[in-house]
Amino acid sequence: MKRLALVLAGLTALGGLAAVASADDGDPATVARGKSVFQHTCAPCHAAGPGIDGSPMLPGTAALAAKYQGKVPPVLEERGGLTVELLRYFVRHGSGAMPMFRKTEISDAEIAAVAAYLTAASRAKPKPASR
Amino acid sequence: MRTLPPGVGAGDFDAAVGSFETAVGKEWVFSSEEDLTPYRDSFSTVWGTPDERLAAAAVAPVTVEQVQAVVRIANRYRIPLFPISTGKNFGYGGPSPNLTGSVVVDLKRMNRVLEVDEERNFALVEAGVSYFDLYRHIQERGLKVWVDCPDPGWGSPVGNSLERGIGYTLPFYRDHFGASCGMEVVLASGELMRTGMGALPNARTWQDYRYGFGPDPAGLFAQGNFGIVTKMGFRLMPRPEHYRTGMITVPKRRDFIPLVKTVNYLSDSFLIGEAVYGSPLSVLMSDVSFRETVTRPGGPADAEMDRIAADNNLHSWQVELQFYGPEKTCVANWEYAKERLTAEIPGARAYDGESLAVPLTPRQLQNVDSPYPTHIRRHGAHGVPSLGIWKIVSANGHAGFFPVIPRTGEAVFEAQRVLGDALREFDLRPFFTAITTPLHWHTFAFQMVFAPPISREDSAHNAMVHRAMHRIVEVAAEHGWGDYRAATVYQDAVANTYAYNDHALRRFHETLKDAADPNGILAPGRGGIWPRRFRSAQ
Repeated sequence: MKRLALVLAGLTALGGLAAVASADDGDPATVARGKSVFQHTCAPCHAAGPGIDGSPMLPGTAALAAKYQGKVPPVLEERGGLTVELLRYFVRHGSGAMPMFRKTEISDAEIAAVAAYLTAASRAKPKPASR
Repeated sequence: MRTLPPGVGAGDFDAAVGSFETAVGKEWVFSSEEDLTPYRDSFSTVWGTPDERLAAAAVAPVTVEQVQAVVRIANRYRIPLFPISTGKNFGYGGPSPNLTGSVVVDLKRMNRVLEVDEERNFALVEAGVSYFDLYRHIQERGLKVWVDCPDPGWGSPVGNSLERGIGYTLPFYRDHFGASCGMEVVLASGELMRTGMGALPNARTWQDYRYGFGPDPAGLFAQGNFGIVTKMGFRLMPRPEHYRTGMITVPKRRDFIPLVKTVNYLSDSFLIGEAVYGSPLSVLMSDVSFRETVTRPGGPADAEMDRIAADNNLHSWQVELQFYGPEKTCVANWEYAKERLTAEIPGARAYDGESLAVPLTPRQLQNVDSPYPTHIRRHGAHGVPSLGIWKIVSANGHAGFFPVIPRTGEAVFEAQRVLGDALREFDLRPFFTAITTPLHWHTFAFQMVFAPPISREDSAHNAMVHRAMHRIVEVAAEHGWGDYRAATVYQDAVANTYAYNDHALRRFHETLKDAADPNGILAPGRGGIWPRRFRSAQ
């Protein structure tokens, strides 16, 4: 329970996100592995591209845009500050319309690799002021 | 508190879990609360209540032999199992079992695309292969075949077809179970069986001719609990050369009747893909007076609706048509459709849509250049899996009731009125109004949609939705409309409505169940079929 509270504190305290330790950059192989997992498992909802049939954003990106109202980049690859623990909490517990994901779908090691990739990606990409 | 299978002591359960670990590896057996959380149904209307169906454990085999071992262990300890493929059956129970205390057999790791043949147009896949997986396999190899997809691409061809899911291309392929061809099944005994031509050891036509010889039991495994399907074949649609669209609008309310009749002809003659119906009057729904009119108890008079349409210079109905094939036949079939419909229905108008070579460009796939507002799901219409449809999921998800109704305008009018009136007592947005149109997803039947949102934070709202679900199942059945697919918590209620001759169908299923699965270990309760050991408790 204490761990959950810590994770949620990181989730809700938007201003404090930068203070939460980011995932390790990881070695290039881990980042590459994380990119592959992200593209396979996460990108259909959370990538930067447009949604279907005229929607400006994919559903996960649109949900985060609505939730954070420009305070945090809604595209996960631009966001930064996503710790392994925070990412694992969302993946395993879901959020809003996002369901939970099982270990058979994405392992803890894959979540860590995705966190490493997202950290690397967010540092490589310029962050728009708002979206 | 620890969840155990009913009638199984902690000692036996622990012994079974230990045996599962030996069979599949310790890391692929899950029994902690943390690991089992993602096996809950995130769309549950009974989330957090005593009615929620919870797993006692999960086991994830990666081979057919491991599935057989799991089944044999379950027989030894009388452990109820609940197989899932990718576990994304949201709105219908997700990965959660019918019976609390079941052990989920998670087949997600069985994710091999075994064969795709673009000359004979079929695929053979394992149970954990997703639509994304199969699509990527096809694209990476440049194969000229389409797989008809349901809305979210994270589901599996095996799981979706066993749920009798539907898609958006040509009529034959939209019926995902109907387009299946041959399956491999682990029976309750642990024995392996293949259906159709797969039962003939040297046959090379397993995915070409589904029946083989003698009775075909394949249907028992759809929405049933007679085995665990480990492999399944599917007919694939040859990638068409061309795609074109067009829209017909008709002015008066009763024009819907001849419109449906002729579109049925086009569909049943295999000239069109999914016909997407709508009402141009829907733009008026923000007007309070119009909203009151179309939701009035008993429904508005036809003349009143016609007057509103005329006053607003709008037509009453529209249908978007989709054509696949060589460009010449697409053009000819659209010309035929619009000539016939404009001749048959006074005042009908035809609008040319898009005429596109296949495969589409990324922009064409985005569906942003239609000359008129379109409700076609372009990705689905082109066999491209996505998660874009998740944009319609509000709150934490939704329940779902999809009654099968006749493909006639009269039946649609009756369903609008009856189902709209039945739901009036519930504090929900109107799902059935005088301008609600049917979905032509099933090949030869319409369905309507009741999908109220649920919230994991609002148990009172969920309880209201739960009551509404039971109410609409009853009212629909009174009028001869039955759900085609139901969430685990509603499967008993829905199965009870299929009651002809004192539930002869259910009693037949129970007879088969008790013979084929004497220990009642396979998905007790799925499809409303309970094995003897659990029957008296239901």
